[in-house]
Amino acid sequence: MRASHTQRGFIAAMLHRLSGIALAIFLPLHFLALATALNGANALDAFLELTRQPLVKFAEWGIVVALAVHMTLGLRVLAIEFFDFHEKTLAALSVCVAAVFAVGFVFILNAG
Amino acid sequence: MSPLLFMAQRLTAFVLALAVSAHLATILYAVRGGLSAGEILARTHGNVAFMLFYGVFVVAVAIHAPIGLRSIIREWTPWRGRTLDLALVLFSLFLLALGFRAVYAVYA
Amino acid sequence: MTAAAAPDSVLEVEIWRGAEDGSFQEFRTPQREHQTVLDLVTEIQREQDPTLSYRFACRVGICGSCAMVVNGRPRWTCRTRVSEVIGGGHRIKLEPLRNFPVVKDLTVEMTQFFDKWKNARGYFEPGKTPAEDFAIVPPASKKRREIDEHIECIGCGVCYSACDVVAWDKDYLGPAALNRAWTLVNDVRDKGNAERLDAISQSEGCQACHTHMSCTEFCPKSLAPTYSIAGLKRAAFRHSLWGKR
Repeated sequence: MRASHTQRGFIAAMLHRLSGIALAIFLPLHFLALATALNGANALDAFLELTRQPLVKFAEWGIVVALAVHMTLGLRVLAIEFFDFHEKTLAALSVCVAAVFAVGFVFILNAG
Repeated sequence: MSPLLFMAQRLTAFVLALAVSAHLATILYAVRGGLSAGEILARTHGNVAFMLFYGVFVVAVAIHAPIGLRSIIREWTPWRGRTLDLALVLFSLFLLALGFRAVYAVYA
Repeated sequence: MTAAAAPDSVLEVEIWRGAEDGSFQEFRTPQREHQTVLDLVTEIQREQDPTLSYRFACRVGICGSCAMVVNGRPRWTCRTRVSEVIGGGHRIKLEPLRNFPVVKDLTVEMTQFFDKWKNARGYFEPGKTPAEDFAIVPPASKKRREIDEHIECIGCGVCYSACDVVAWDKDYLGPAALNRAWTLVNDVRDKGNAERLDAISQSEGCQACHTHMSCTEFCPKSLAPTYSIAGLKRAAFRHSLWGKR
């Protein structure tokens, strides 16, 4: 593997990019799901029933992780670009924070 | 990308940092004990603050996402130029339309 | 060339031969104490295959001519110990710098690299009228300190070789050209900053940088083009809003 592809900045950029793609694909689906409410609360409930399957729950968790990862790594980019941050380990920090979000969500899911 | 696109992407990034934080916090709070349409709609029905918040959210995403996708497509595929820009403007309008429809669906 | 003693081990060295099309050729050569990769290539070229093409000049880490990719990583061969790159093994792979057209074997064509330097306006612009007097630039001033952090670039091309965006977008100006442009943006004597900020914010300019930071990671002089480019992004931002630098 190319040396530049194993170092932190590249991994951070790839996580950021791939999570962005996932979110761009997910978002129209999310909007369509919410819009089932146009046919009344029962229509939305019927859709929400579908989401109780384990595979869907896993995908939901994946999207929340993608969102958390994309935001925290995006904040890293904004910090370097706008606030003259000189901290390479921000990438590691960001991923940690995102992991915290992910764990939190799993916990909440289990509670619900 | 041009300075204008860059600025638009970074500015909407700031807006989204706030909006996503608020949204994530709200969702993590709201899904406790499961999620139902009734619970969602009870919060959003006729709630102007929610509607404005999510309206802004939709606009920011409709600007931010296509610009990001533009860089990815230009770098990882041979597609570039006017046709790509046009396709992404269409995608942006698509997100705006679906987004506003969803916001309206839970507000009205 | 005489060896001090019989070497303990033999190195297996794969070297790129040819131009864009070509293949790796295997050489076996003794591992010697304190050997640098430049020593290795030189020994192979002198003792085994005089048709092997590679570059070097100062051989003491000043000129940057010997840059190439060693076991996947762009670096200066004169400043790279063989013992450092082989780990516990005995294999070394040498390739020409990535993102440059290959002339022959380990030598690359640097013309486009320096053309981009020019396109980024990485040169001092004195203006039409000469200055009346010497410029007073306090060394401790913010702008001069900013220049000092980034000025030591010698144009070796390692950052350009490491950059993924250069690999993905052939028109991207690249870290070295942009880094130099940043030092000039901070030069209070320079009269060409309006044009320079326009030059570095075209579609292939500073905004294309995605902060992978490979340039900063691999720069043999420990420079950080990432932060120069971030500075350019901010300066270009202000310039397009208010026309100021």
